[in-house]
Amino acid sequence: MSFTKLATSALAIAAVSATAAAARDQVQVAGSSTVLPYASIVAEAFGENFDFPTPVVESGGSSAGLKRFCEGVGENTIDVANASRKIKEKELAACAENGVTDIIEVQIGYDGIVFASDINGNTFEFTPEDWFTALSDMVVVDGELVKNPYTAWNEVNADFPAQDIQAFIPGTKHGTREVFEEKVILAGCEATGAMEKLKEANGGDEKAAEKACITLRADGKSVDIDGDYTETLARIESNKDGIGVFGLAFYENNTDKLQVATMSGVVPSTETISSGDYPVSRPLFFYVKKAHIGVIPGLKEYAEFFVADEIAGPDGPLAEYGLVSDPELAATQAIVADENAMGGGS
Amino acid sequence: MTEMPKSKGSLLVQDARTKQRNNSESRFKLYGIAAISVGLLMLMILLFTIISRGAGAFQQTYLTLPVQLLADKLDKNGNRNLDEIKKVSTFGYAPLMSAALEAKVAEVGIETTLKPKAMADILSKDAAAQLRNFVLAKPETIGTSLEFKFLTNSRVDGYLKGRVTRASIANDKNINAEQLDLVDALIADGSLGKQFNLDFITGSDASDARPEAAGMGVAMVGSFFMMLVVLALALPIGVAASIYLEEFAPKNWITDIIEVNISNLAAVPSIVFGILGLAVFINYMHLPNSAPLVGGLVLTLMTLPTIIISTRASLKSVPPSIRDAALGVGASKMQSVFHHVLPLAAPGILTGTIIGLAQALGETAPLLLIGMVGFIASNPPDSIASGLMSPNSAMPAQIYEWAKRADPAFYERAWGGIIILLVFLITMNAIAVLLRRRFERRW
Repeated sequence: MSFTKLATSALAIAAVSATAAAARDQVQVAGSSTVLPYASIVAEAFGENFDFPTPVVESGGSSAGLKRFCEGVGENTIDVANASRKIKEKELAACAENGVTDIIEVQIGYDGIVFASDINGNTFEFTPEDWFTALSDMVVVDGELVKNPYTAWNEVNADFPAQDIQAFIPGTKHGTREVFEEKVILAGCEATGAMEKLKEANGGDEKAAEKACITLRADGKSVDIDGDYTETLARIESNKDGIGVFGLAFYENNTDKLQVATMSGVVPSTETISSGDYPVSRPLFFYVKKAHIGVIPGLKEYAEFFVADEIAGPDGPLAEYGLVSDPELAATQAIVADENAMGGGS
Repeated sequence: MTEMPKSKGSLLVQDARTKQRNNSESRFKLYGIAAISVGLLMLMILLFTIISRGAGAFQQTYLTLPVQLLADKLDKNGNRNLDEIKKVSTFGYAPLMSAALEAKVAEVGIETTLKPKAMADILSKDAAAQLRNFVLAKPETIGTSLEFKFLTNSRVDGYLKGRVTRASIANDKNINAEQLDLVDALIADGSLGKQFNLDFITGSDASDARPEAAGMGVAMVGSFFMMLVVLALALPIGVAASIYLEEFAPKNWITDIIEVNISNLAAVPSIVFGILGLAVFINYMHLPNSAPLVGGLVLTLMTLPTIIISTRASLKSVPPSIRDAALGVGASKMQSVFHHVLPLAAPGILTGTIIGLAQALGETAPLLLIGMVGFIASNPPDSIASGLMSPNSAMPAQIYEWAKRADPAFYERAWGGIIILLVFLITMNAIAVLLRRRFERRW
């Protein structure tokens, strides 16, 4: 008897809640796993200092987050998408198709991408050319385009130790991957002159040449990591020859296990990134659905709190965790305060 | 009949074939023992790893510190208006902590060149929140000096637990050797030390900036509500379905197809139920994301086949003579089932249900898709409705989430979470075994 009672009451609750589900009172965030730690620090402080409930922050990658963001407007879609890259035209189109038109783009600061290997292993001083030569599918040898023949770092650059090439790079669903391709592989492609050759091979088509540049070798020397940086770290711990791509903040929390490589002679740190000396950095963003402001309680307050000086400023908790704060934070604060949507639309 | 060939050997002396047969039997026994030993060894290694890595999460380093609750910082107008006191954010409380620590250092007579702010860095970021919550709860204490017990930074905690050493912090920006000197002096003074960490069992998740404050409690409540939904739905539906299929349904090709499908459903990977849940419950029925209700519904789908199969098995094990006897004295079919068969099958049904629940409790994959994995640091729900509807995590999802985070302190907590989850699973399985032992009847 008690079971039937329990069952019916549960069903009743389910039925009632299905109709009353229109009462979401906390902000829902999803997206980049690079932004996740910052977003969760903000969400926690937000929950503490305001009377709104603590926002829910999920990860899953920039692309996955933006895809969910663009699913439509309404209580059962997320309010904020975190991204470690700018939203793409294609994604904006998908958004518009589903009725998500007014999107506020908020840049929270910069993040460095670092190359790190096991702390007891060899020390590296990379340039983008080294990474292109080590990882690209096609490289130039003696003026000829050939399938990448290199298996050890000393073949790539005579200054390097004879260590097998084994790279753990972020998978394609991560925004970090795109920055890696653009700022490291593509830069290396141009610097080594492979770009010219590839352009010739593609009949002068620059787009195709760029695509060929960032096509990485598929013989197991470069491994895509679809999980988080913890997975990359675990791979390096089990394969001491491995070199991984990490966010600066992740590296700074694991300095007892990892050593960082310099890029073009610059050691990555918040200082070198904010001064622009360290080449591999990218801005971090979050995107707010304007249609949800005023509907979901606390959404605007959350966005404002995120970019407030005491949070995202140079002395705030985000900078302490590893975010390179944006010198133009005041402009960002104004964007949020005025709810300025992208593309000048209001 | 031909005569048996005369045996040339004696029964007392083994001939070659008997020896061979005996040898192969003892070899087989050895294989069996070896297999069991390997299994036991693996179990020992597993348990040893879990306990040795996770036990640390149940202890945490605290610093006892008297704090001056300065009225000019916390309540500038001095009228003790709660709304005005609320305006002072946790950042406004930080100076109080540094001042308190500076005073403490002076009182104990520790020599250090650290600035007060750097001293306060050995404390958790959670300390300011703890202080603010206290002041908001008791605004009358403003202006007095009270003794608090604060969490310390995860690096300090790691130093006391041996995870962080002076050698390992060489490149670490979060702590330096001088701060560790201060920690050593405070340990000698007796105000800093490890204690049992109840917050790990009762608290909620915390962000990457303060792993020391993270706890399992709210995720446990989430798991509890999910199990409630599973029990309330899967048990009646499963039992009703199996009674009908076993006792009433005609045996024809339709029931055969249903039977095959139920067995197949039991073998479907759980992630499939997650996708189904996302499509049906969230996108179609518009139930909220991250709600334990949706998690419970998804896990119900996953558990139903298990319960139906075990219920049918225990109904089948009741001998037909019981049914025949009941029908023979004039009971209707339904009376024979509910008065005689079901009570006899009940222990088996309950055992199957508990094992199904235990399986659902440890499931993470379907929860990934319905938003229950992430940073979900809500307060414990205040009512059944909010427990079902407001966002929450679940124990295995929380463990998965912690294992992904950057700070090594979360790693320890993930292992600690596994210990808690294992305690629940072992308890549930033990109850199932006890029920079976106590009530099962053999025929």
